[in-house]
Amino acid sequence: MQRKVSLFVPCYMDQLLPEVAMDTVKVLRRIGCEIDFPSDQTCCGQPAFNTGYWNEARPCAENFLRVFKDAEVVVCPSGSCTTMVRSFYPELLAAGALHEEAIALGKRTFELSEFLVKVVGITDVGAAFPHSVTYHASCHGLRELQLRDEPLQLLRKVSGLKLLEMLRFDECCGFGGTFATKFESISVAMGTSKAESIAVTGAEFVTAIDSSCLLHVQGILGRSGAKARTIHLASILAQEKP
Amino acid sequence: MSYAAQKFLEDAAVKSADLAHREVIRRALDSYDAAHLRGRSRIHDWEAARQRCQEIKREAINHLDRYLLQFEEKVIAHGGHVFWAADAQEACDYISNLATSRGVRTVVKSKSMVTEEIQLAPALEKAGITVWETDLGEYIVQLRNEPPYHIVTPAMHLNRRQISELFKEKLGEEVPGDDPAELVALARRTLRRPFFSAEMGISGANFLVADSGAIAISTNEGNGRLCTSVPRIHVAVTGIEKVIPRLEDLAVLWPVLATSGTGQGITTYSTLIGGPRRPGEADGPEEFHVVLVDNGRSALLADPEQREVLHCIRCGACLNICPVFRNVGGHTYGTTYQGPIGSVLTPHLRGREFEHLSYASSLCGACTSVCPVKINLHHHLLRNRRNTAAAGDTKWSERMMFRAWRHAMLHPRIYALGGWLGRKTLRALYGLGLAGSIVDPMRVWNLRRSPLPLPKESFRSLWRKSLGRRGLGKKGLGRKDLGSNDL
Repeated sequence: MQRKVSLFVPCYMDQLLPEVAMDTVKVLRRIGCEIDFPSDQTCCGQPAFNTGYWNEARPCAENFLRVFKDAEVVVCPSGSCTTMVRSFYPELLAAGALHEEAIALGKRTFELSEFLVKVVGITDVGAAFPHSVTYHASCHGLRELQLRDEPLQLLRKVSGLKLLEMLRFDECCGFGGTFATKFESISVAMGTSKAESIAVTGAEFVTAIDSSCLLHVQGILGRSGAKARTIHLASILAQEKP
Repeated sequence: MSYAAQKFLEDAAVKSADLAHREVIRRALDSYDAAHLRGRSRIHDWEAARQRCQEIKREAINHLDRYLLQFEEKVIAHGGHVFWAADAQEACDYISNLATSRGVRTVVKSKSMVTEEIQLAPALEKAGITVWETDLGEYIVQLRNEPPYHIVTPAMHLNRRQISELFKEKLGEEVPGDDPAELVALARRTLRRPFFSAEMGISGANFLVADSGAIAISTNEGNGRLCTSVPRIHVAVTGIEKVIPRLEDLAVLWPVLATSGTGQGITTYSTLIGGPRRPGEADGPEEFHVVLVDNGRSALLADPEQREVLHCIRCGACLNICPVFRNVGGHTYGTTYQGPIGSVLTPHLRGREFEHLSYASSLCGACTSVCPVKINLHHHLLRNRRNTAAAGDTKWSERMMFRAWRHAMLHPRIYALGGWLGRKTLRALYGLGLAGSIVDPMRVWNLRRSPLPLPKESFRSLWRKSLGRRGLGKKGLGRKDLGSNDL
């Protein structure tokens, strides 16, 4: 059955990591989805929302609802941006006429691994990645969307992939949006702890469902000359079996 | 930026880089983590227990007026006194006056965070009264002339070597090999005398039981029982939010508090005190006073959106799991209550000067996941931030930035153009080796991180050109070099 999926690409991914969005498209097409990318989408509003500027975030939420109004299903390769839509739009738009619509759209919006495992019911997407990988559980996916096992289920089915468990895999990497620069020293200290946990596993790659965490972790790893590299889950799943 | 905010940033930078400090805290918290997990596994259904605790506290807080009056009535009926203190000043004045009028010269204290909050010890000392902290951790930080580092474990930041040196300096006795048991014995010997000479004992209260007019205290060292039973006068100082409806509520609250606090099934001493000594009783104080402290709490109670913050039972679990706390430590906060609960609560209790704490979090939500009374801590941080921005307490430049940002986000072409221009500019700057320099808009990010990837084309541009029309071929538009920094 051909599924129609509307793709929601986080703004920072659109601008900084187009490859990850492309990989998301690749995976979704491989399992038979028809993809639509509404071109008027911008940011979900989370940076403003998290910094306290709800009046600035609200029009973004309204724009998002307009852009994805007719979407059957919205899929997003980010636990954090999905959380913004599902968990925070209802509160942000609580007083307005769009409250019900926000709740309804939240129920149709899914993070990629969640969509694959829970909605489509697939764990083997035909990927191969002959490398050692450790998994970092990004906070929003883990604690707001309750995605504990879904990404791991997908990783376990990737041919040739050696999954290595990380100590404190569920401890925050320290990104936290504007926190990363407002409290740079704390953010870097948290990132350094994470980098140490990654190093202990000896894995070649660290993966997660959020590129925002990975950009920060990559920044820390890059500076420390560590061996491990970051890779988004979608980019692993996009690697096809030869 | 407030003085407190400036100091927080400076102290956080120092502590985050202090590896010896991190080692001490990690060691302490690793053993807590193990005990906490073990403790939780002993409770048949942890989630149900949390749910129950939340319901009890919600009921109590939503009917605080009724339960506090019921508690007061019972305490008076038992022969005790209740004083309602609107703020710290009133509470300190009442206790100082009481002490002075009763000729009190020495006070022994068991652990109480509210007394820290209202700065009771300095107030009593100003009235010429000697105050002894008798909880071991509190005694140690008192000797160091420091505030408690952590609401449950005040001396968590010290190892036995440091404590041994402190005792040698302040108590004049050397403990060979810094033996912990000997260190405890030394403190015990020293504190024995004030226990029996003090005319007043001051305690906190973990719970105020409305239906029985009793205060419930959880301790582990026995000092609490000595403070509340040996001296002639016992004063219990407590926040108004500590009331619970029924004695039977302790059946779940006591073990949940102990489990979250230290991983114990129940604390070594779980004490219920219902009033002064009655005729025929062997011990207990002649006078029993309860000081109910408001100090900003009723303002929080008036806010239906955030009143659940008053559910807190001060177990410290949110501090222990918090990655920010683990890196900056307790003293950096500069507040009575540290960690997530402190960051949520302090701006309410102490105002604007502490608003920066609501921002000093990555919003990871680990705190919320362990809170035994299910306070949605990290969402309250978001609401605090919203209130700060709405009150106009943020930087002008930031406000302007978000206004421009909103404009771009509502106009996809401006957004796309801005993104393209931004990447192009940064690429040019970084090409000149100016990453992290004073002209780099991403300077702070780049101080200790490698620069962000800056692709030539955004996803939307790629989509428009090809992806949308053709499917991805076998090779597609994929990466050049897997895992490279250019991604």
